[in-house]
Amino acid sequence: MFRATFKSLLARKVRLILSGLAVVLGVMFVSGAFVLTDTLGRSFDSVFADGFSEIDVNVAAKPKVQVNEMEGEQTAAPLPAAVVDRVKQVPGVASATGVVNADGARVIGSNGKVVTSFGPPQLGENWTGESDLLQLREGRAPQAEDEIVLNKALATTAKVQVGQKVGVLTAFESKKRDFTLVGIAGYSGDRDSIGGVNEVFFTTPVAQRLMLGEPDTFSSVTVRAAGGVSDEALRDDVARTLGADFEVKTGEQVAADAAASLKEGLSFFNKILLGFAAVALLVGTFLILNTFSIIVAQRTRELALMRAIGASGRQIIGSVVLEAIAVGLIASVLGLAAGIGVGALLAFLFGKLAGGLTLAGIGVPAAAVIGSFAVGLVITVVAALLPALRASRIPPIAAMQDVATPDRPLTKITVAGALVTGVGAVLLFLGLSGNAGGQTLSTILGGVLFAFIGVALLTPLISRPVVSLLGAIFSWSVPGKLGRLNSGRNPRRTALTAAALMVGIALVTGVTVILDSAKGSLSALAQDTIKAELVIAGQQGGPRPPSFDPGVLDRAKALPGVRMVDGEYGDMARIDGESTWVAASSDVASLRQIFGAKATAGDIDRLGPTQMLASSDTATSRGWSVGSTVKVQLTRGEERTYTISGIYESSQLTNPVTLPVTAAKDFAIPQPIQGFIQLAPGARVADVQPQVETLLADSPEVSVADRDAFIKQQMSSLDGLLRMIQILLALAIVIAVLGIINTLALSVLERTRELGLLRAIGLRRGQTMGMITVEAVVISVFGALLGVAVGTGLGAAVVEALKDEGITDLVLPWGQMGVFLGLAAIIGVVAAVLPAVRAARINVLGAIAHD
Amino acid sequence: MTATVGQQAQAAARANDVWKVYGSGEAQVVALRGVSAEFERGRFTAIMGPSGSGKSTLMHCLAGLDSVTRGTVEIGETTVTGLGDSGLTKLRRDKVGFIFQQFNLLPTLTAKENILLPLSIAGRKPDPAWYDTVITTVGLRDRLDHRPAQLSGGQQQRVACARALVSRPEVIFADEPTGNLDSRSGAEVLNFLRDSVREHGQTIVMVTHDPTAAAYADRVVFLADGEIVSELIEPTAETVLDTMKKLDTPAEVGN
Ligand SMILES: Nc1ncnc2c1ncn2[C@@H]1O[C@H](COP(=O)(O)OP(=O)(O)OP(=O)(O)O)[C@@H](O)[C@H]1O
Ligand SMILES: [Mg+2]
Repeated sequence: MFRATFKSLLARKVRLILSGLAVVLGVMFVSGAFVLTDTLGRSFDSVFADGFSEIDVNVAAKPKVQVNEMEGEQTAAPLPAAVVDRVKQVPGVASATGVVNADGARVIGSNGKVVTSFGPPQLGENWTGESDLLQLREGRAPQAEDEIVLNKALATTAKVQVGQKVGVLTAFESKKRDFTLVGIAGYSGDRDSIGGVNEVFFTTPVAQRLMLGEPDTFSSVTVRAAGGVSDEALRDDVARTLGADFEVKTGEQVAADAAASLKEGLSFFNKILLGFAAVALLVGTFLILNTFSIIVAQRTRELALMRAIGASGRQIIGSVVLEAIAVGLIASVLGLAAGIGVGALLAFLFGKLAGGLTLAGIGVPAAAVIGSFAVGLVITVVAALLPALRASRIPPIAAMQDVATPDRPLTKITVAGALVTGVGAVLLFLGLSGNAGGQTLSTILGGVLFAFIGVALLTPLISRPVVSLLGAIFSWSVPGKLGRLNSGRNPRRTALTAAALMVGIALVTGVTVILDSAKGSLSALAQDTIKAELVIAGQQGGPRPPSFDPGVLDRAKALPGVRMVDGEYGDMARIDGESTWVAASSDVASLRQIFGAKATAGDIDRLGPTQMLASSDTATSRGWSVGSTVKVQLTRGEERTYTISGIYESSQLTNPVTLPVTAAKDFAIPQPIQGFIQLAPGARVADVQPQVETLLADSPEVSVADRDAFIKQQMSSLDGLLRMIQILLALAIVIAVLGIINTLALSVLERTRELGLLRAIGLRRGQTMGMITVEAVVISVFGALLGVAVGTGLGAAVVEALKDEGITDLVLPWGQMGVFLGLAAIIGVVAAVLPAVRAARINVLGAIAHD
Repeated sequence: MTATVGQQAQAAARANDVWKVYGSGEAQVVALRGVSAEFERGRFTAIMGPSGSGKSTLMHCLAGLDSVTRGTVEIGETTVTGLGDSGLTKLRRDKVGFIFQQFNLLPTLTAKENILLPLSIAGRKPDPAWYDTVITTVGLRDRLDHRPAQLSGGQQQRVACARALVSRPEVIFADEPTGNLDSRSGAEVLNFLRDSVREHGQTIVMVTHDPTAAAYADRVVFLADGEIVSELIEPTAETVLDTMKKLDTPAEVGN
C-alpha cells in the first residue's frame, strides 16, 4: 500500500511540485518572518550590549511620560548636575560622568540638506573624552562653544571634513547654527558607528543648552565601579543613596531594556508578516485542494481497481493523505530553506537601510522550524482531506466502467456556499459594527475568511454564465470556441482555480478601496476646513518629525499680505494618569479661523497660561466640562494643573487637547512641527510663498507649500502603505498564477487523447496553443472579476463602518480595477505558456493510443 | 421462465432470485429478472449470452461490486447482500479475485508489485511456495520487474490472473478476460485459468462472448434478456455455438 502510494507520487511529480510550490511560498513567508526578526533581535542585542559595555551602572531620571514604541520615542527628563557629585560620594564608585545624550541633533550635509535617519536616533552628546570604545580618528576634541566632533559614519554621509563649517539643528534650536568640525571619532574594531546611530559631540555646556534646554543638567550619569565591586551591589548602593526619583540600572540592564523596546516593534512587524503568510497559505490551500481533486478524478479507475482488489475506504484516504504528507514535508523543508534565505536577505537590506547595523549571524530559531513544518503539513493535509474523502467514495465498479468524472449537481455546494457566505457576512457585520465584544479584529478576520470560502463555494454556480459570457469574446475562432467550451467543462475546477486568484485580488482591491476612501474623505475634509493658503511642513523620515525655528512664525506674520500665522506643536503627555496626545497652537484663534472649529462650550478663542481646551469627544470620554481642572505631566518639568476653559467640536482634524503655547517648551520637541499661514484678502500665494521660503533658509528640514500640495504630501504616507501592502499581497497572486498553470497542465494531461484527436483532424500547433491560452485567460479574468467584486464589497463594508471615524466618502478605484483585470488577462497568457507548449507538442499517434 | 441450475451442495457462489433494475420511470432497465444460480467449488463456469443480456451485471452482483434490487447473493458462507462497505471490503480482500477485460494493472507498479498488491493492501505476507507456483504457471518470471506498459496485452492479462490467484480467493470473477487478446494470447490465458482450476482447485466464473473460450470451462450458463435460459456441461466450441444460435433467434424477436 505504501509502496503503491509512493510510486504514484513519483509518477506525478511535476504536478505535485507545482502545487507544492504554493506551500513552499507560504512557508517561506513564515520562516522568513521568524528568521528576520530573530536575526535583527540578536543584532540589536549585540549593538546595545556594545554601546553600553563601558557602563557599569547608569543613573537616569524617571521618564515623566511613559511612551510605547508605537507612540513615538521615550524622552527622559534631564537630571541636575548635582546628582553627579552625589553619585561620586557613594563608596565603590571609581568614576561618575555626567552624560548628555538626546535625539534631535541634525547635521546639514555638504549638499545643504539635513542628513536623515530611517530608524536609529540622531544623538547630540557632550564629549567626555576618549575611551577603549570610542577614539578620535582625526583632529581633536571640541573645546570652544562652536566646535563639534562627528562620528565617522555621520561625517561620511554628510560628506564633511575636519576644519569645515557644519550647520547643525539641535533639539532646542531648529534654526541652523554653524559649528567648526574639529574632529572625527570612531569605535573600536574599526566601526564607524554603533548600529548606524549618528552622533554629534559638543562641549558639555553647549550640549546641555542645545540638547537638554537647561544648563547644568545631564541626561544620565554613567558610573564605573572600583575594582572588586560588583555592578549589582554598586547599583543597589547608588539607588539607596539617590532615592526613588531615579532609575538606577546596571549597564547590562540598560542594554537589555533598550533592545527589548525595539524588539517589541519587531514582534509587531513579525505579526504583520505572518498575516501575509496566512493569506499566501489560504491561496495555497485552494491550490492544493484543486490539485488533489484533479489527481483523484484522474485516478478514478486506478483507485477503483484498488478498491476492487480489496483496499478499504480508509486505506484509500490514507494513501491520498500520505501523498499530502509527503508533499507537505518536502514543501516545508524547501520553504524553510527559502525562508532562511529571504530572512537573511531582508535582514541584510534592513541593516544597510538602517545605516550600517552590524548583523549578528543568521540564526534559525526553533519557532521558524516548528512553524514551517506545522503550517506546511497542516495546510497540505487539510487541503487534501476533501479529495481524499471523495476518493474513498469511488465505487469499485468504476474500474470497469469508462466513466469520465461525472457531472455532479451543484446544489449541495451552492447551498453550503450560501451558508458559509452568510456566516461570513454576519461575522463581518458584528465585527464592523463593534458588537463583537472585544474580539473585533478576530471577528472581522474570521468574517473575511468565511466570506472567501463561501464565495469560493458559490463560484462554480457563478462560473457557468460568467465564463460563457467572457468566452464569447473569443468565440469568433475555432480554437477560441474550443477553449471557451473547455473552461466551462468542469465548473468546480475552473471555479477553484479562479477563487485562488480572487483572494489576492480581493484583498488588494479591498485595501485600495479603504485607503482611497480614507484619502478622499480626509483630503475633502482638509480642503473644506483648512483656511490657510500656505503650509510649512517637512517629510518625516525617522522617528522624529521635522521641526522649524519658532522665530519664523513671527517674521511670517509681519510679511505683507499675511493675515494669520499658526505654529502647531505636539507631544504625548500624561493627563490624569492616561497617555494623551496634546497640541499647542502659537495662535489659539486659528482654531476657529483656520481650522473651522466650533465651540460647544466656553471660549475657544483665547487661552490663559493655566487654561486648556479639549475636543468634545475627549471631554465626554474623560467627563470634563468647562471649569474642570486636570493634572498634566509633560515630557519635561513638573506636573501642572490646567482648567478647561473651552470645548470644541471633534473632527478628524482636531486635536484631543490644546494647551497654551507656553507649555510647548516642555514638549519632547519644543519647536513647531507644522505652520499654517492665512493670507489677507487679495494677497497672492505666488507673492508670499517665496518670502516665506527665504525665512526658512535656516530651517532646512521643512519647506513651504500651498495647501493642496501639503494635503497631497500628507496623504502620500498612505500611498506608501498601500504600495507596501500591494507588494506583499502580490505574492498571493503569484501563487494563484501557479494554480492556473497547474490546473491547465493537469487538464492538458487529462485530455491528451482528445488533443491528439484534434491534431489528427487538422488543428494546427498554434491553434492548439491558442485554445489553451483562451482557457487560461477566461479563468484568470473570471478570478479577477470575482476578486474585484468581493474586494469592493469588503472595502465598502469597512468604509461604511468607519463612517463615524470620518471616512465619509466611498472612493472606488476604477482605474486600479481596470489595471487588475488587464493584469489578469496577462497573467492568463503567461500561465498558459507552459501547458500550451506541452499541448502543442503532443505526439498525435501516441496520444490516440494513450490509455 | 426461471431455470434453476447446479444442484451441488458445495457452492462457492450462489444467486437466489436476483433482480437488478437500473434507473426508474421511463428510463427503467431491468437487467436481471429473478436469476438463481450456483457456482460449484473447484469448477470453471462460463457465462454467455447476447450483448446486453445481463452477463456483466450478474457478475458484478455476484462479486458484491453492485447491489441487487431483490434477492440475495452468497459467496461461500457469507451472504453478500446487505453487507456494508467494510464487510464488502473484507469480502473482496479474502474471498474474491477479479480479472477485467482491460485496465487491470496499476501503471506505476511493476508486474511483481501488481501481483502482490492485494496481499499488501490486506497486510498479508504471500505464501512463498504458492507464489512461486503461481509465477511458474503464468510463466512471467523474467518479466517481473517490468511495468505494464512494457508488457504485451496477453502478458498483462496473465499478470492480472496471477494477481487474482495469489491470494487464493474463494472465487475468481473474470469479465471477458480475453476480449482484447488475439487467439494465441487468449489461449495462453485460458489454459492458465483452466490449469488453476484442475490442478489447484480454484473456482472461476468467467463472462465471455467467444465460444472457443467457453469451451475451456467445465460448464456454460446462458443468459438472455436478464434470465438464465440454458446450460451446458463439458461444453465444446460446437455445442456452445449451437446453443447460441438457438438463443439468438427468440432473443431478437423479444427485442
Ligand atoms: N449503470 C447502468 N445503468 C443503466 N442501465 C444499465 C447499466 N449497466 C447496464 N445497464 C443495462 O443493463 C443491461 C445489461 O447490461 P450488461 O452490461 O450486464 O450486459 P452484458 O450482457 O454484459 O453485455 P455485453 O456483452 O455487451 O457486455 C443492458 O440493457 C444495459 O443497457
Ligand atoms: Mg459486459
